[in-house]
Parts: sequence; structure tokens; C-alpha cells
Amino acid sequence: MKFGVISFPGSCDDVDAQLACARVADVVALWHADHDLQGVDAVVIPGGFSYGDYLRAGAIARFAPIMTEVIEFAHAGGHVIGICNGFQVCCEAGLLPGALLTNTSLRFVCRQVSLEVVNYDTPFTRSLEPGRPLSIPVKHTTGRYYAPEAQLDRLEADGQVVLRYRAGENPNGSLRDIAGVTNEGRNVFGLMPHPEHAVDPLTGSTDGLGLFASLSDSLGALVRGGR
Amino acid sequence: MSVAAGGRLEKALELGLRADEYALIVSQLDREPNEVELAMFSLLWSEHCAYKHSKLLLRTLPTEGPHLVMGPGENAGAVDVGDGWAVAFKVESHNHPSAVEPFQGAATGVGGILRDIFAIGARPIGILDSLRFGEPASERSRYLLDHAVGGIGHYGNSIGVPTVGGEVYFEGPYEQNCLVNAMCLGLARSEQLIRSAAAGPGNLLLLFGASTGRDGIGGASVLASAELGEGDAAKRPSVQVGDPFAEKKLMECSLELLERGLLVALQDLGAAGLTSAVPEMASKGGVGIDIDVARVPLREADMEPFEIMVSESQERMAAIVEPAKLDEFLAVCAHWETGAAVIGEVTANSRIRILSGDEVIGDMPVAVLVDGCPLYELSPERPARQIYPPPTRTLSSDVPNDVLLALLACPNIADRRPLYERYDCVVQSRTVCRPGVADAAVLELPHGGAIAVAIDCNGRRAAADPYRGTVEAVLECAANLACVGAEPLGLTNCLNFGNPEKPHIAWQLTESVRALGDVCRALEIPIVGGNVSLYNEGAEGAIYPTPVVGLVGSLGEPARAGRLGFVAEGDAIALVGAFAPSLAASELAKLRGEQLPSGLPDIDIAEISATRASVRDAVRSGAVRSAHDIAEGGIAVALAECCLASGLGAEVVLDENGEATLFGEAPGGFLVSGPRDSLPGRVIGTVAAGGLRLSAGERRVELSLEQLRGAHAALAGLFD
Repeated sequence: MKFGVISFPGSCDDVDAQLACARVADVVALWHADHDLQGVDAVVIPGGFSYGDYLRAGAIARFAPIMTEVIEFAHAGGHVIGICNGFQVCCEAGLLPGALLTNTSLRFVCRQVSLEVVNYDTPFTRSLEPGRPLSIPVKHTTGRYYAPEAQLDRLEADGQVVLRYRAGENPNGSLRDIAGVTNEGRNVFGLMPHPEHAVDPLTGSTDGLGLFASLSDSLGALVRGGR
Repeated sequence: MSVAAGGRLEKALELGLRADEYALIVSQLDREPNEVELAMFSLLWSEHCAYKHSKLLLRTLPTEGPHLVMGPGENAGAVDVGDGWAVAFKVESHNHPSAVEPFQGAATGVGGILRDIFAIGARPIGILDSLRFGEPASERSRYLLDHAVGGIGHYGNSIGVPTVGGEVYFEGPYEQNCLVNAMCLGLARSEQLIRSAAAGPGNLLLLFGASTGRDGIGGASVLASAELGEGDAAKRPSVQVGDPFAEKKLMECSLELLERGLLVALQDLGAAGLTSAVPEMASKGGVGIDIDVARVPLREADMEPFEIMVSESQERMAAIVEPAKLDEFLAVCAHWETGAAVIGEVTANSRIRILSGDEVIGDMPVAVLVDGCPLYELSPERPARQIYPPPTRTLSSDVPNDVLLALLACPNIADRRPLYERYDCVVQSRTVCRPGVADAAVLELPHGGAIAVAIDCNGRRAAADPYRGTVEAVLECAANLACVGAEPLGLTNCLNFGNPEKPHIAWQLTESVRALGDVCRALEIPIVGGNVSLYNEGAEGAIYPTPVVGLVGSLGEPARAGRLGFVAEGDAIALVGAFAPSLAASELAKLRGEQLPSGLPDIDIAEISATRASVRDAVRSGAVRSAHDIAEGGIAVALAECCLASGLGAEVVLDENGEATLFGEAPGGFLVSGPRDSLPGRVIGTVAAGGLRLSAGERRVELSLEQLRGAHAALAGLFD
């Protein structure tokens, strides 16, 4: 099982994501200007400020050379995790429903938040301990999840809402406290909290590691099964 | 040659030079400087670049120590942290730009200090800020605070360097002239640190990063060399505009150039742009440099040569490169989408020559330009009485419960969460102690060790007594390090003062530097570098003298880093240190509107150092489960903070009667908790469920955690 972590100019959490992935699987760095996913089993689009977040968060990165391959990979069922800026990029690229708007406070917020796992039946959450909340930091200015009401109803009915901020923990005004969603195929997952910053008890919690481990477990089984 | 008739004297005076300084330039050049040369002299001979009112004092400071890897004189200093790793650090001010345009002023302050760190080849791993504003009741102060914090966050968050600590004080004398100091830490292999000395005649001078525009012409260097006053709004165009995305690419590019061994020397462009950077590189290397302004990539095509030379456009670096390595250098820049151009070359003639194509438009000896500015002795005079007006009285009750709640809610003590939550403190995966959990930030290092860092200065106490206030700032910072288990390795400072040409300000500065030298020698901490910011005055007078100190220390195991919050019910609480608090110049005295005293009680540095060592060792050995130093608001506030950080209460009995016992301040007191038998100091109480119950003689405090928390959250609605 091999993760690939994309680095755009302006990515900040790319190295952190590589370190987190390396705790559970192999990992390679992917460069934004290449048209090559290097045969990875899953792609991580990390946090940061790709291309300075100029124009609109994620709007330029969505057109990066490597995104052609990422979009093809996802459409073919390949697994993609978009974290924070990566979530914004996935929404801009049409890989995930909805959009991320400026926080209701209009300000950046960095805070440890408590999350409820809403759907355990995804490759990203399957190995997590049911019922146990996750403590993971958020840090962003543009993290207020938005979709039209009818679409939110469909997402919830379809199990595409994977993570929610627990009561009183919503840091940004996200509709229905949504912190993370998947696409219909359950192979693309976007979340505003940073699981790569919750992989070591020394620097916080280890609650984020389970998301990487879960995908590694799910895909490891697939990779082994396919051979 | 005469200075008079048709000379440029008038222009020189306009640019801030003194008549005698101009005469000296003329005699050294043996002719009048032309427009380009005069522009360069006016900046390099400004207070900001030449330190002409502070250099003689700064030479008295101790700069040697066993862990020193790089001392003053380079872009930043560095200390050895073990296993071949060095930590570089420096604090710098961006006060006047921030007072004029707080968001960009603060943002570019962070951008500048980051460049200083990667200019010596270290990867920035942490930012701290030290901020001063007027009382938050003032709309202007809230505006400055909101935008300065926004600017710091914007730059640090966007570039992926965590902001891990800091401090902020609110006092009337900062109302017109706020302070924005930023400190940065970087990590490097010791052998990879690079200097800024140009070398090798025939080697190329490259400018890389952003292109050069008219923004910030005379920004930091001009703004920082005079008092603020009327018409500051008109100075707004001279505040630089920051682009953290450009700096992120520039940083990665610079570090890769270094890693590949493509650099002879590296220097960032800060205040005064090329005018400062290039002659300094030549001066340090004992060489000359030719610069061709026609080869500088411009943002605006029609810039005059002097504008190109003095532009303070951000996110630019200068490098000296061997011709054979040019192609590889340019390839690395292309990979990072960072512009680069050869703009000159190193010469053997010890002159700075400015060319525009084939035409020589400036030619000056490096030594005159860089080191020729006269240095001035100060004329210090102790003022006959306290020069600062008393603060406005905001508290009349002397009921201990009311007093504690008022202290917890006062702007200098209230919870800083609404500020530090606007900074990314976790990126880079090194942050062991985040803001709010310990007295110092703790960062894990690659070899398994850790460093601690803190930044401190209580300007009100320095205003009461510049000497002892400065000693206290260093002791407070060292105490913060001890509470996480760290021992100082090196110190950086930013001396923020008023106009040194005024005798009472000269006295504050002289006393403060004398104290800094004394306390650093006593603690055996080398000063690795720093910054001086003078002329911090508004229409109503000077700021409080504010010698901000930043300390970096090492601790062994990061997992043992001390926290400030109580840990377990039933643990004993001990007071460590011969703590003799008084209300003089305390936070409570301020709330009561009392005039500052002239002088503070004597300090026994040796005794406090011994106390500090015992706390540090107790934290390192695990003998204590929490440690917190007693600062503003005295024991009562420190206990409340230990409770609030943990959600546990405390029962404490102090024998001494009197308000000073509860709320008085002095250096050298610590609160620790843990198993009774293992604690240093004198046991004064117990960690308990519920709230805080504290008595000192007949005075009693009894407050629930909710009451404490409610008061402490006073800054929560500040930006609503």
C-alpha cells in the first residue's frame, strides 16, 4: 500500500501528511507540475495555501498539471483524501459535493476540536472504534461547509456525511456541523480537521492516525486480494 | 570641496542626515555625493541601519558562551542544541510600519524575521510575537491589535511556520506607538549554516525572489528613524506589502540552493533593500561589488536608479554564486518558480559601484558607506520624578474575591486564547507544548531532544525602574523556561525605546543595557543577536521602555516537558523561592490608578537562579507534576491560572496577612504541584475538586471555577 502526497507551491502540511502516512504505509511525494501519480494506491491532497490561495482557496490548484491525473484516478475509483486546502481543491475540482466558505468569524481559527464519526462504512473510517469521538485540530479561514439544503438532505440520507463537529465544537459555522464528506462512490474523502496533526501523543492526540490506518487497511486488503 | 553653494545639503537634511554627517560624507568622498549616492548614504547612515545611538552601548553586552555557534553580526545568531543540530533565532521590531498600517506592517515584520533565519541556512520552525497596544477600551487599540494579529497570522499561517508563543500588554503609553516585535527560530545542521560575507572577485551577485517595485521606498528605514506624528496616514505608501506565497517559494528555493552547495554567501533584503544588503555583504567579505541597476527585474519599468537601490519590496534575497554554478542555481530557482537575475559581480577593489548599463552612476568606498557613520555617545540623565502619567483607576473594591476577578479580567492577564487561536501552532509536527498549556513553548527536535522558547518584558516595571525591570524581564523569561524543564542556551533582545536624543530616554536605554549585560553575565547566557527600535514616541510622549527578551533553552526528554495546570486531586501545592511580593508597579496598583514608583526593590540574582535551577531539576526528574511561575497578579492569579488550565481547584493557606501576599509581584516565585514528599519549596495547600479557596491571614478568596473562567475570558468578545 503506497500513499502519494501532492506538493503544490504553497502547500504547508505536505511533509506532515507524508510523516503521518509513513506511520501506516509507504509514501511518495508527488509534484504539482508532473503528470504522474507514480503508481500510488491513494492520493493525499494536503493542507496549506496552494498557489497562495489567490483568487479563491483551491481554485488555482484545481487546474494544476497533476490534477488531471488525480481527477482521472478518482473517477476510476482511486482513493483520494483532501485535507483542509485539499478538501477545498476537491470541491473546486468537482470531486466532492458542496463548497467551503469563509468562517463565520471571518478569521483564521486554530483549535483542537472533538468530532463525531457519522459513517463507519467507508474505507476511511472502517477500522475506527465505533462510538468514540476523535480529537483533531482544525486550522483555517475558509472552512464553513456549505451546500444547498436539498443537497445536504441527500448527503445525509446517502451517508456521505462522514464527520461532524460535536455539539458546541463547530469552529466555523459549517452547515449541520459537517466536518468531512465523501463522494457518492465513497472513494474521495474531504475534511477540514487535520488528521496528520493527530498521529503522536507527544504533539497532541493519535486520533487522526486511525483515518490513515483505516484506508491503508481497506486498500491493503484490496491490493492483496487483487494479486 | 565646499559643502555650501549649490550643494545637496538641503536634500541631505530632508533625507534625515545631520549637517555634520553630510559634511563628513563630502570629505570622505572628496566630492559631493550624487543623487543615488546620497540616497544610499541617507539610509545606511540612518538610526535603523547604523545603530548610531546604540552601538556603543551594545558593545558592552556579553556575546560568548559554550553553546554559541553564530553570534551577533550575521542575519541571526545560533546555538548548538546537540547531535550536530543548531537552532538559529532572532527578534526584530516592525513598530512604526505597524502603527501606520497594522496588518501589512505586522505581516512584513514576520516575513522579514523569517528571511533573517533562512538567510543563514536554517529552516524556520517557530514564530513568537511580542505586542504592545494602548488599553483595549480604545477603538484605535482594538483596531491595531486585531489587524496586527491578523497580519502575523496571515504570514506565518500561509508560509507553514507555526506561531508557538508570544505575549501582549496593554498600556496607555503604547496608544499612539504600538509595538510589534516578532521572533523566529530556525533549525539547521551546524555545519550547514551560511554567512553573508561576499568573497571571490569574479563571482556573481544574484538577486532572486520577487521583482523590485516602488513599494516600501524608505519604509522601515525611514519610519523607524523618527518619531511618529501628524500625517502618518500619508506614510502608508511607504509600508511594504507582504506576499507569504512568494516567500514560501523563496524559502524552499534558498534552502535547496544551500543543500546543493550552490551558494558562496546569502543575504536577505530587508530595510533599505539593495542599499543595505549588498554593501554589507561586501563589507563583511572585505571585497567590493559592482551592481548594475539595469539588470534588476522591475515591477514598474520606469523606475529611477535610486528607487531601484532603495526599494524595500519584500520577498527578495541576494546571493554570491560562482560562475560555474550559475546554471544549476537558475534551474533550482525555475523549479520553485522564483525569479532570479545576475545583477553584478564581486570585485577586489573594496568599492561599491552602481552601474546603469555602461554608465557608472555611483562609486563609494565600502568602508565609508557601511562603517563610516559616526557613533554617538548618549547624554543620559535620570529624571527627577516619574515621567509617565498615572493610569486611570478602574478598581475601587478591596474585597479579595472582587480583586482577583478584576485581575483575571484585566487585559494584561485575561486569557489570550482569542489571539493565539488565530495562529497555526501545530504545522511542522514539532509542537509539544502549545500556547496556553505551559509557561514556555516546547518544540521537539529531530534527534529526540527538545527546545523551549519564551519571550517576555513587562514594560511598566521597566518604566518604574529601567535597570531592575530589565533584570526582571530576563529572570521571568528564564523562569518560564525552568517551568518546562529547560535551561537557557542563548538570548535575543529587541530594545524598544523612545527618542535617545532626549536625556531621560538615554538614561532608560543606558540603564536597561547595563542590566541586560549584568544579568546575562550572571546567568552565563550569551546574547546571540538582537535589534534596537528607537524613536517610539507619539504626540503624548514616549512608550514605556520595553526591552523585550527572547530565550531559547534545551530540555532533555520532550515527554517530560512541564505543564502549568494542576494534574491530580490531592497533590500538594508548594511555593518555591524566597518570594517577597510587593504591590509596587503591580497590576493591582495599575487597576487602582496608582502612580508608578521611581525604583523597584533590589533583586538577588544568585538566589533566584538557585531557585530556578531547583524548579528546572524537579520538572526534569518528574518530582513535580506541574510548574508555573508567579508573575502579574501575584500568587492568587498564578493559582487561578493553574486551576483554569486543569479544571481542578485548590485549597491554599498563606500565613502572612496583607494584600501584597495575595496580589503582590516580585521575581523568583514558583508554584509547583505533585506528591508532597517530592516537592521543592514550602507546601502551602492541596489540589482539590471545586473552586479556588485561598486565605492570607484574614483575607479570603473563595471562587468557583466558573467564576474564575468567566473573568479570565474577558478578551473573548474583543473583536465582535
